[in-house]
Amino acid sequence: MTKYLLKRFLYSIFIVVFGSLLVYSVLRLLPTSYFEKIALERAQAPGAPSYAEILSSLNKIYGMDTDIVSGFIKWGKNAIQGDFGVSWEYSIPVVEKFKQVIWYSIFLNIVTLLIQTFISIPLGVLAARKQYSKTDYFVTFVSIVCISMPTFFLATILKYIFSVKLGWFDLFGIVGRYYEQLDIWGKILDMAKHLVLPVTTLAMLNIGGLMRFTRTNMLEVLNADYIRTARAKGLSENVVINKHAFRNTMIPLVTYFSYLIPNMFTGSFITETLFQIPGIGYISYYALIHGDIPFAMFYSVLIIILTQVSLLVADFMYAVVDPRVRID
Amino acid sequence: MTDSIKTSSTKKNPNYISASESRKISSENRRITDALEKKYNRKHVPESEYLTTMKDPNNTVEFDDLHTYFFTDIGTVRAVDGVSFAVPQGKTVGIVGESGCGKSVTSLSLMQLVQRPQGQIVRGQIRFNLGDKAYDIAKMPGNMMEKIRGNEVSMIFQEPMTSLNPVFRIGDQINEVIMLHYPEKSEAEVRDHSLHMLDLVGIANPEGIYMRYPHELSGGMRQRVMIAMAIACDPKLVIADEPTTALDVTIQAQILDLFRNLKEKINSSIMLITHDLGVIAEMADFVVVMYAGRIVEKGTANEIFLHPAHPYTVGLMASKPVVNRKVDRLYSIPGSVPSPIHMPDYCYFRDRCDRRFDMCNGPYPAEFQLSDTHKVSCYHYRDGAASNRALHNNGFEILN
Ligand SMILES: Nc1ncnc2c1ncn2[C@@H]1O[C@H](COP(=O)(O)OP(=O)(O)O)[C@@H](O)[C@H]1O
Ligand code: SF4
Ligand SMILES: [Mg+2]
Repeated sequence: MTKYLLKRFLYSIFIVVFGSLLVYSVLRLLPTSYFEKIALERAQAPGAPSYAEILSSLNKIYGMDTDIVSGFIKWGKNAIQGDFGVSWEYSIPVVEKFKQVIWYSIFLNIVTLLIQTFISIPLGVLAARKQYSKTDYFVTFVSIVCISMPTFFLATILKYIFSVKLGWFDLFGIVGRYYEQLDIWGKILDMAKHLVLPVTTLAMLNIGGLMRFTRTNMLEVLNADYIRTARAKGLSENVVINKHAFRNTMIPLVTYFSYLIPNMFTGSFITETLFQIPGIGYISYYALIHGDIPFAMFYSVLIIILTQVSLLVADFMYAVVDPRVRID
Repeated sequence: MTDSIKTSSTKKNPNYISASESRKISSENRRITDALEKKYNRKHVPESEYLTTMKDPNNTVEFDDLHTYFFTDIGTVRAVDGVSFAVPQGKTVGIVGESGCGKSVTSLSLMQLVQRPQGQIVRGQIRFNLGDKAYDIAKMPGNMMEKIRGNEVSMIFQEPMTSLNPVFRIGDQINEVIMLHYPEKSEAEVRDHSLHMLDLVGIANPEGIYMRYPHELSGGMRQRVMIAMAIACDPKLVIADEPTTALDVTIQAQILDLFRNLKEKINSSIMLITHDLGVIAEMADFVVVMYAGRIVEKGTANEIFLHPAHPYTVGLMASKPVVNRKVDRLYSIPGSVPSPIHMPDYCYFRDRCDRRFDMCNGPYPAEFQLSDTHKVSCYHYRDGAASNRALHNNGFEILN
């Protein structure tokens, strides 16, 4: 157990270090940089020093005048102490910005997770129980539609129907125009209303896959010999499905859910951007396209670390639901 | 592409069917199985619908002209096609035949565990004697069947490695069946009962095994657990479907010993399906020989072993492994079984039979009676074919 953890830990460190070095190198090598843009702007001001002068002084101030490796080492030294620097784009410490926006993403993802789980798992089980029935075909059809739909397309359709045509929801944003004037319940309701379309989009994107995943696993489990044994005992079909089959179907599902952990903290890039939900996905998107290296580094390292954690959690969860699996 | 499909279907090659044919078959199947499933899933069915009377009250179960078909996309598989035999109370009936001949489907029909919805009992009766009354299992709805399964009739399967649920402890899995059928028992009583069962099937350390998970046990141990579960509720009939086939030879012997012991200790009837004719000879009171979904010969163990009549039975006996003589395949009778989808109307064994004669081109032979208990479906034993019957009854050894 300790040996396993240690091995896993060293392995993770290795991945985190080289993963962030890779990201850092790519960011440094981007053909356009944040400072080039700034320098270009400042150089146009009357009486300003030349573009090249401004650029080199900016680079010096922000430590971008070094080569990639020493720049990375410098960044790493600070990062280990929890100092990720000040975001260039947002002009406040990176961690500060993260704390401000992360809750939107967590909330969005938890609600989505609950909704998609409560819709897709029962439907997947039902489809498996009634394989090749009308219900099954319907579920399969819906899954395939959901799986094949690109986010931007789905979001646009939903916006068109529910915002433009029906006018039920705002097109984007997390709060309405009169948010500040509302009482506490009004504020909650207002935010909830703004989350309906993003949650629907995200849920629909995942429901298809999760439904098929559940159905496939359930079908496999239902063909297992121990299910026949359970039936041979005289157990009712509901007990057979909900106790004997479901526990076994859970085994692969647990991994699936463990992989969703990083999602929770990394936000949903596309959906948040499309709906302009100021979560971590949306904020990072702008940091990235503007070449905000401190923020981009923080975000990437976060993803890498969380992915490692989720792998560990998945292993643990496997051992929890499947007695055949031992962690060692 | 379309052309080639067309030609193959117009030629009526039984190995190919076109996509449209398959679609037609499957929608027709859907119609048939939906109706049967609806009937099976009804909630409130008057008992009178499946109440029946035994032909002989001394029998535990009577199969009467049982037909169990699988409605598949390539056609109807007649897995069991008119099987009739009885299991007398407290007796052991052995069922033999090559794999695929319908032994498992016959026993699964009795449990109502044939794979739904494609597998269905389409005709015939399975009369089950509950002592004070008898039910026709073929007509029983699902929710009533749950009271019989595991309680009055139970089954031990071929694959002990996969037949126990991997995520539950052994103890819990045995407790489950006891709690289900004896709801009045307290938790402690259920536990004691389970431990007693583990002890009964020769598990040396019941308390230890009680807490184990299936994967921590060997195949032989798991099969013992399966047996403990099967006899836990003192059923009237235990079906053992090739209970040792998947095990090592030494373990096989132990499990068979256990069966022999249990036969004395429990008063259930046993339906024993096995490849091992030696076991049948030793344990069975009656033997049923199946071939391609039908019974070709049945009788007491003595009759079948000392006076096998059907050429197929004779072949089986000849291919029985003898001590010091290794046989690679148990049933090495040349030729193959007709496709269960396109059964011809002549003796199914004809193409492999070394005793066929002109009559064998006629329709499938009826069942001819050699004694009160001994019946065979072969034209050599037709009524009036005195010479053969006389010869046979005098102990004519076809083998020699
Ligand atoms: N689920 C199924 N679907 C279609 N055909 C089946 C199914 N189960 C069994 N059969 C067919 O039924 C026949 C009898 O099978 P079975 O009773 O398992 O044979 P065995 O005598 O070896 O136990 C076989 O021809 C097999 O192909
Ligand atoms: S009826 Fe004819 S073909 Fe069939 S087993 Fe008897 S002799 Fe052989
Ligand atoms: Mg079988």
